[in-house]
Amino acid sequence: MSPDVSTTELSSGRTGVTADDFDRRNLDWYVDKAVEVLVFICGISAIIFIIGIFTFITKEGYAFILQMDWVEVFTTQYWFPSDEGDPEFGILALIAGTASVTGLAMAVAIPFSLGGAIFVAEFASGKTREVLKVLVELLAAIPSVVWGFIGLSIMNPLIIKTFDVPVGLNVLNAGIILGLMAAPIMTSIAEDALKAVPDRYREAAEAMGATRWQIIVRVVLPAAKNGLLGAVLLGVGRGFGETMAVLMATGHSVNIPGSLFDSVRALTATIAAELGETAVGSEHYQALFAIGIFLFLITFIINLSADLIVRGVREG
Amino acid sequence: MVTPPSPETRQSKVKLAVEGLTIRYGSESALRDVSLQIYEHEIFGVIGPANSGKTSFLKTINRMDVFNPNMHVEGTILFDGRDVRRWRNVYALRSRIGVVFPLPVGLPLSIYDNVALAPRLRGGQSSADLDVIVERCLTRAALWDEVKDRLDALGSLLSGGQQQRLTIARALSQDPDLLMLDEFSIAVDPVTTMRIEDVLKELRNEITIILVTNLVQQARRLADRTAFFLQGECVEIGATEDLFTGAVQDPRTRDYVEGKFG
Ligand SMILES: Nc1ncnc2c1ncn2[C@@H]1O[C@H](COP(=O)(O)OP(=O)(O)OP(=O)(O)O)[C@@H](O)[C@H]1O
Ligand SMILES: [Mg+2]
Repeated sequence: MSPDVSTTELSSGRTGVTADDFDRRNLDWYVDKAVEVLVFICGISAIIFIIGIFTFITKEGYAFILQMDWVEVFTTQYWFPSDEGDPEFGILALIAGTASVTGLAMAVAIPFSLGGAIFVAEFASGKTREVLKVLVELLAAIPSVVWGFIGLSIMNPLIIKTFDVPVGLNVLNAGIILGLMAAPIMTSIAEDALKAVPDRYREAAEAMGATRWQIIVRVVLPAAKNGLLGAVLLGVGRGFGETMAVLMATGHSVNIPGSLFDSVRALTATIAAELGETAVGSEHYQALFAIGIFLFLITFIINLSADLIVRGVREG
Repeated sequence: MVTPPSPETRQSKVKLAVEGLTIRYGSESALRDVSLQIYEHEIFGVIGPANSGKTSFLKTINRMDVFNPNMHVEGTILFDGRDVRRWRNVYALRSRIGVVFPLPVGLPLSIYDNVALAPRLRGGQSSADLDVIVERCLTRAALWDEVKDRLDALGSLLSGGQQQRLTIARALSQDPDLLMLDEFSIAVDPVTTMRIEDVLKELRNEITIILVTNLVQQARRLADRTAFFLQGECVEIGATEDLFTGAVQDPRTRDYVEGKFG
């Protein structure tokens, strides 16, 4: 109701002229529109890429998915995709391989990165902090093939010697390597989350007589929990997606692990190792793309649930 | 308004004795050679324009100065007869002093956890005890009725005025001997300010209160005695009524309370 009144007043008072002034589109208006469109295109391109990638892997893999035996694929561990007479496509062992390595990696990376982030954000000061931050970022930039190489040439003999086992390429090796790989980026994100907690919260708790440790546990960590959860989920995503280091350090043998010293094979590594030697369009080729679709969906679900959890946390 | 009892009848025990207090940031002095005494169960007002050193004064009392390596403190502050700079356990000192900052700080915890934080830090309370403490402190801070149905909501999402009352409730939950309020009413509406002022008058019977305020009338309404700080100097200390009736040592005090300061 009220906007009508004011418009009437305006138009009755200064007819025509006022309307012109307000309606004219000047350069600022066009620049603003152009920037808006540009930003929209950049934003939408991410969605276009994701849809494009998904379409591509679906196109290559859907024929397999349509005719596959779901029970066989997800509940058996026999992966003989190129057997002449009777190929088998059980990926249970591959799932177990990826899951066990990622699980161990998180067990290694979460304490490391959380502790590191707390130290850098809350305790270190001045020079120490700067040096540590640079080091952490350097660690995050090490290519995964280098980590794989460390797994092969350092961890492997070390595990054989220390635990007196025949092979050192196994869940333990890959889990540690992957954990160390994921820790720097997790540390970095967790540290950002802690730094984002305003100092006035710390001061308020300090004024109440809280010790530094009490402030961290009771105020800073709860305040930063969204960001910390984000860091962990990013690490999990990294674990599922990592290929090279896992290919080199797991032993790459299809196996449901009974202990940390069993060799395993990961979903990603299977695709990387086998795709090159399959005929395009063959059943094996399509099965690998079906695994790609599966990985895509898992990552999607992880991210989506992360988003939902974080939102739930926010609404408290 | 209740007239504050004259200081003579209240003068019991010295709660806080400040001797020759000088505060410097780097080479700039923020407070110079201040000596004063604050008695138990009085409301001690501190008035003065911006940058007169009021906040710095409060920070030295609960040793918040240790966080700023640039801040140098000389002189002594005796809290219950003990030099605060010699307290070995500074956390124990701080837990006996409640502080309310000018800008509200609702911690990003639930409303309940905000108020339960201090008792939990101290430990030894059952959850039934905590419920009682939380309700009592929120009621005293004039917030209970507004939040009693949503104690699980985040304290940091309350309105500014509500957060300030939450901050006051939190300070009270420490069960402090000394409550220091630094311009608490900046972010609070006048009606709520009056309700909190009433609470402070009641509290006078139990604890000692230092009320830093830039509203001279607030000091007049509440404080038994008032100090006037001006550019790092303690110009005047006296019974609040004397400051406002013109019975002052220094003409600058009269100018300030009469609003003649430019
Ligand atoms: N952290 C700091 N570092 C350097 N100088 C400071 C710091 N805090 C305060 N000061 C200086 O000390 C002097 C007194 O400041 P203080 O905050 O104690 O004044 P105030 O009386 O509380 O003022 P207001 O009424 O504006 O809150 C000011 O000149 C200020 O610039
Ligand atoms: Mg101040």
